[in-house]
Amino acid sequence: MGKPNDLVQGTLGLLILKTISLEPKHGWAIAKRIQQISNEVLQVQQGSLYPALQRMEQQGWIRSKWGETETGRQARFYSLTAAGRAQLEKERTMWNRLSAAVDLVVES
Amino acid sequence: MRWMDRLRMAMISLFWRRRETERLDAEMRFHLEQEIAERVRAGATTDEARRAAMREFGNAAVLRDEARRIWSWGWLEKLARDVRFGTRSLMRSKGFSITTIGVTALCIGATTCLFTVVRSVLLKPLPFRDPERLVAVYEHFRNQQPYNPVAAGDFLDWRAKTHGFEDMAAWQHTSFNLSSERNELPEVARAAAGSWNLLSVLGVEPALGRTFREAEDRVGGDAVVMLSWSLFQRRFGGDPSVIGRQIRLDAKPHTIIGVLPSWFTYPESQVQLWVPYASVMSQQELERHDDHGSWVIARVRPDVSLKNAMAAVSALQYQMHMQWLGAPVAEDANSRPLLEDVVHDVKTPLMVMSCAVVCMLLIGCLNVSNLLVARAAARQKETAIRGALGAGRAAVIREQMTETLIICAAGGAFGLLLAMAGTRWLTSRWHDLPRADAIHVDGMVLLFTAGVVCVAALLAGLLPALSATSKSVAVALQDSSRSVGGSVSKAALRKMLLTAEIALTVVLLIAAGLLLKSFVLLRTTELGCATDNVLTMAYSLPVKQYVTPEQRVVFTEGLLDRVRRLPGVRAVGLVTEVPGEGWGGDSVFTIPEHPIVDQEHKIDVDALTRMADPGYFSALQIPLIEGRFFDSHDRLERADRVIVSRQLARQFFPGESVVGKHLSVEWNGKVAPYEIVGVVGDTVYSVGEPAKATMYFPMLSGVGGHQMTLVVRTDGNPLTYAMAVQKQIAAMDPGLPVVDVLTIPQIVGQSTLNANFSATLVLLFAGLSLLLAGVGLYGVLSYLVTQRVTEIGIRIALGAQREQVLGLILRDGLRPVAIGLAVGVVGGAGIGFVIRSSLYGTKPLEPLVFIAMVATLLVVAAAACAAPAWRASSIDPMQALRTE
Repeated sequence: MGKPNDLVQGTLGLLILKTISLEPKHGWAIAKRIQQISNEVLQVQQGSLYPALQRMEQQGWIRSKWGETETGRQARFYSLTAAGRAQLEKERTMWNRLSAAVDLVVES
Repeated sequence: MRWMDRLRMAMISLFWRRRETERLDAEMRFHLEQEIAERVRAGATTDEARRAAMREFGNAAVLRDEARRIWSWGWLEKLARDVRFGTRSLMRSKGFSITTIGVTALCIGATTCLFTVVRSVLLKPLPFRDPERLVAVYEHFRNQQPYNPVAAGDFLDWRAKTHGFEDMAAWQHTSFNLSSERNELPEVARAAAGSWNLLSVLGVEPALGRTFREAEDRVGGDAVVMLSWSLFQRRFGGDPSVIGRQIRLDAKPHTIIGVLPSWFTYPESQVQLWVPYASVMSQQELERHDDHGSWVIARVRPDVSLKNAMAAVSALQYQMHMQWLGAPVAEDANSRPLLEDVVHDVKTPLMVMSCAVVCMLLIGCLNVSNLLVARAAARQKETAIRGALGAGRAAVIREQMTETLIICAAGGAFGLLLAMAGTRWLTSRWHDLPRADAIHVDGMVLLFTAGVVCVAALLAGLLPALSATSKSVAVALQDSSRSVGGSVSKAALRKMLLTAEIALTVVLLIAAGLLLKSFVLLRTTELGCATDNVLTMAYSLPVKQYVTPEQRVVFTEGLLDRVRRLPGVRAVGLVTEVPGEGWGGDSVFTIPEHPIVDQEHKIDVDALTRMADPGYFSALQIPLIEGRFFDSHDRLERADRVIVSRQLARQFFPGESVVGKHLSVEWNGKVAPYEIVGVVGDTVYSVGEPAKATMYFPMLSGVGGHQMTLVVRTDGNPLTYAMAVQKQIAAMDPGLPVVDVLTIPQIVGQSTLNANFSATLVLLFAGLSLLLAGVGLYGVLSYLVTQRVTEIGIRIALGAQREQVLGLILRDGLRPVAIGLAVGVVGGAGIGFVIRSSLYGTKPLEPLVFIAMVATLLVVAAAACAAPAWRASSIDPMQALRTE
């Protein structure tokens, strides 16, 4: 358990935006996807996904729609808006610059 | 697009808050179920899977709150919670809530009510076109009358010969007997004679028909009349076909040419109809510069400043003054904005009342504040525990302020109801309040009330909230477990509030006392004549119908004879104006025997003019000082006699015998010498004014065109004779309307009604404030005594005498009273000077008023202190120590 560390917290938004950029997903699927792709390295506390989703929806980056899952259950699917796509690009650039800088410092 | 998304989300989270919360819950539940299902698929037991999933997920409740906080309107939720909490805690202490809400309702109600009146009367622009460019223009007598009504000749010259104003218009008061056309009762209608351009200067269009034409506004022009909306509705049933019909005014046919709009109430709502300005005057009167009876309105030109326009008028006026040197022609002209002119008489009383009401509001807030401090003291432990449980100071202050705001808002809501009732009462009772029909509660007033609620909440709540939370939690918890000398600082705060409250109360009391004393003086002024058992009623004989002086004298003598013979009538007389009824008319005169020597009044060589029949003076018991009254020989062409008042004799014939001398006066259209046959006692024309020199001409001269007042002295209640007397008039002429059936005290009462009104209202506010201050004092002392029970118990156990304890508590209570009194008396002295212009015969520093009001306050304060002090002195030491 424990709180997700600050780095992850700060980039949670980026992770979510990237994850739903290909197709709409519901909360659980987003969490699973992040875990899978990062080879279980990024241990996001699953519940903290939801306040983040709410915040991003308020910002107008994502929008949600109720729909059916493949197992026939009702779930809320999140997808990117145009503003969200722009935000994703912005955060990706930021992240690239940041990680490059960290790389430089750590590898020198 | 983005802001629209945001707005949509904000709306969703505001209006579908519950649904959104449920959805969030469902979403989280789904997540957990998926997670559990996956773990079960991987081989875990259901229980293990659930535990692991929950661990992975985190604290669902906390996360849900976190998510909700992200939605906008978090503050709204917080506010709702505070309001809920505050209401609950107020419901718990009903006595406190009812008291404070009552106090605020009263204060906010009174403030709102006064604001409504002040806004509609003093602040709202007049309902005319570009009203800020309208001014009222007056003659200005240097060293005497800054705002004197204007002579017709002056007005016509100003209008013709100066060009600084867009246009100038004039009007005069008049009245008509309105004859019956289709069996309505005949009536006397108040009317105004306005110049043809008056409505265009004001920028008013008639509701029906047209206004006067220039050709009609001439001596001998067509007889035309415009109706006020109220007369049009009342007497003509709102029938538009009245335009072009004829009505008889003073028996003369007039053609109705127009109807004024319903909102048009200038100069006052009692004016029923308008005729052209020149139609009520002769050509000679129209050209006079020394007969001041008109009111002039002018519209400032956009390209000329008011100062320059007035300078031209003043210069012209000075030329006229030089031309008629010796006659009362003004040297200058003066102007003031029309709005100020309309509300001039009520401005000071309204301002005085507003100040009184603001004082009362302050006192009310201080009182609520005081009660809140007491409540905070009683809730000290609660506050401390909340602090210990982690509530920040800001949160506690916010909660307490919310509570105060709830009190004030509830008070404001009730206050608004009070204000609506109060405003209606005020406007119906206030005699001659200008623009009264425009007064009503509207959005602006609601906004004002909301503002007052906020200010009151801040005033009343902030200090107690700050002081209640100023201590650290540890100290507060410790403190509340000890009660000996526990909260000295809080008592000090309350005493301070109390001092302020008492100081304000004293100021209010003094203002009320001064106004009351002037009013009493006004009411008890000697009129100089009999006032009890006198009935008066007025009529006027239409000149068209009673054409010759002989006809008029026959009517007069016949009527007097009939009334005199009624059983119960002691005496009867006839006069043009009874004492106290008003200025009436005045005339200038010269004395053929010698030039006028009058050191005090160099210009003021005029005297009031009255007509009286032989019986008038004895009927009103006005004493004869020298010579004789009129008799029945002073009639028609032998009526060149005059009776003067003592003031005239004293002023213009100092140290001489008056009888047999002459006054040369223009009367009834010609200048002639009148022989003085008698001198009578002085009467005042208006309550509150000094006696003025008066000339009485014989009624039996048969001069027409005046309104007559019949004066009947009776046995017992005069009003019971009214019907009998009116029947006598109807028997002589059934078409003759009678007005103003009144007793002398009623006439005086009408003219002092407004003084009565402001005195009563300020006294009411002062009384309420006194009550509030008394209750506040009682509350503080009771609280102090409860706090000090143990201490007092110990003192008594150690041998203190009951009287000593009594003295101790009394001293404690009366110290803030003494300081407050001192401050208040100083403030009261100031207020006396501020309201000086509303005082009559009363100095701003009237010792009697100051002593009486200070004594009243001391009595109330002593009474408020007595009960707690007595309770303290009768504390049983054993019990007091045991309860600890």
